[in-house]
Amino acid sequence: MVEHRPLTDFIAYAVLTLGVFIVAFPVYLALVASTHDAATVVGGHMPAAPGSRTLENYYRAIFVGGARTSREPVANMLINSFISAIGIAVGKIFISILSAYAVVYFRFPFRKTAFWIIFITLMLPVEVRIYPTYKVVADLRMLDTYAGLILPLIASATGTLLFRQFFMTVPDELLEASRIDGAGPFRFFWDTLLPLSVTTMAALFVIQFIYGWNQYLWPLLITTQDSMQTIVIGIKKMLVTTDELAEWQLAMATAVLAMLPPVAVVIFMQRLFVRGLVQTEK
Amino acid sequence: MANVALRNVRKTYLGGFEAIKGIDFEVGDGQFCVLVGPSGCGKSTLLRMVAGLETITGGEIDIGGRVVNQIEPADRDIAMVFQNYALYPHMSVYNNMAYGLRNRRMAEGEIKTRVEEAARILELGAMLERKPRQLSGGQRQRVAMGRAIVRQPKVFLFDEPLSNLDAKLRIAMRVEIRKLQRRLSTTSIYVTHDQLEAMTLADILVVMNGGQVEQIGNPLEIYQKPATTFVASFIGAPPMNLMPLRSELKSQLAGDARAAEAGIIGIRPEDFVISNQTVSGGVALGLTVEAIERVGAETFLYGTRQQEMQGVAATPGELPPGEIIVRIPGAVGPAIGERIRAVAAPDKLHLFTADGRKRVS
Repeated sequence: MVEHRPLTDFIAYAVLTLGVFIVAFPVYLALVASTHDAATVVGGHMPAAPGSRTLENYYRAIFVGGARTSREPVANMLINSFISAIGIAVGKIFISILSAYAVVYFRFPFRKTAFWIIFITLMLPVEVRIYPTYKVVADLRMLDTYAGLILPLIASATGTLLFRQFFMTVPDELLEASRIDGAGPFRFFWDTLLPLSVTTMAALFVIQFIYGWNQYLWPLLITTQDSMQTIVIGIKKMLVTTDELAEWQLAMATAVLAMLPPVAVVIFMQRLFVRGLVQTEK
Repeated sequence: MANVALRNVRKTYLGGFEAIKGIDFEVGDGQFCVLVGPSGCGKSTLLRMVAGLETITGGEIDIGGRVVNQIEPADRDIAMVFQNYALYPHMSVYNNMAYGLRNRRMAEGEIKTRVEEAARILELGAMLERKPRQLSGGQRQRVAMGRAIVRQPKVFLFDEPLSNLDAKLRIAMRVEIRKLQRRLSTTSIYVTHDQLEAMTLADILVVMNGGQVEQIGNPLEIYQKPATTFVASFIGAPPMNLMPLRSELKSQLAGDARAAEAGIIGIRPEDFVISNQTVSGGVALGLTVEAIERVGAETFLYGTRQQEMQGVAATPGELPPGEIIVRIPGAVGPAIGERIRAVAAPDKLHLFTADGRKRVS
């Protein structure tokens, strides 16, 4: 493959390191800012080293909330975000694996049509269908509920496509062997297809968890009560204060906290991911 | 234990393509039946119809006195071994074998007994906890067989089970399959495109071509008395030499009563003798040796005849028209370019009608 020479290695590492610095610097800045008091952060000269107010800032961010903004503490928002992100990820996997199973393994009239209709929804993200979706959710009295946060976001063509592609690589003989072994459609799905799909599910979970976690527009629209707010909205609202200075150190602490769950998901799922990839053999 | 009967079985696909054009045969209890034919002849389709994986569009399939046309594969009391083994990749060897039994709600104790018995027969005892990916091709093949054995079905169905193995293993497994089948004396239907496998395994050989049966019978009988030129060239390696029966050859056969009706003559490479003598009633061909294959115990000579270069329309496995293969024992023989005289005795001649569809005897 590529030849390894000291000079090219050095250049490659230098470029990569530079890239890491560029990406990591704002994150580092947020981390540092979340450890100082408000005056230091607003003062205009951001120190390069972490300060001494770490515990206090994070305690206030998580449990107390901003002193002058009367916002909910982050703990509640984290829980809201977590529930909706998990709900969206799990819901999407559930819906899309079932629809892909139907499209790939069952012969029914208008099967192709059904697939194409699902495919077309790729072109209709939340932002495009936001008015009708809002109307439906409002009519169903799902404003300010978890169901309202989750349900409109779980219909997923991406997931269906991903599972469909995977199912098509599963040899037909496996299905035939199952049939001869006396496994009906449900047993085949549960005993054979599902265990083989673990890797695909893990990949989809990572992508969809982060997608759900980062939702901004939809939760902003349908949540009015503070108790239902997600953390992404929370960060934004912390910075909007009418007559006071924004508490940047708390906002930064919140941002750092908001970053942690997706990072944890990636790190944790990556293991499963790799383990799954190693044992991919059909 | 059961016999399998096919009565005028047909398969027509939705587009109108007729894959199986009316097949009749019967496999007796405990017999080993081999379906052989070139790719696309419908042999696999036919097997899958017996298994219940393909619908039957005409005729009847009867397993053990019960017409199974409308019965689900799982309820036909059959077990199938697939070409790519089709083992469940995420299950251990034990679970692969036990899965079908569990689906039938068999008691765990009974399952254990059966799986362990099968593992003992197939020498898989040490591998029960492994996953299929940790096994070699031959071992996977055994697991696939084990999965069939534990079911104790009425019929085993094999769909080219050895074609994914290397040549040496294939021969070993071939012998093993035969021994196993004798021991369990379970009725078996086996699909292959390899005529050697077909010859060595079969009690009954069914030679198929174009969705139809060309000949059914005991393998040696088929070898000795092929019913059509297709069978003649398909069974036996290297294939039988087929030549149009014209001028010079015809005059050599002047005394043979069969020659009047026949249009094609066939002689197996192994039935030639290189000799200057004339055998009365036999055939002698003047050949120029063009290629030689020495395989140790025997030597194959590829020669062209001096006249009658235009041959019979080529069928699968046949040589280019005019080329004749002669097998001689041992490793010494003529050199390339040498002219030889190959002689075949009258009882070694196979005569067919001009269209190749009928044997003249």
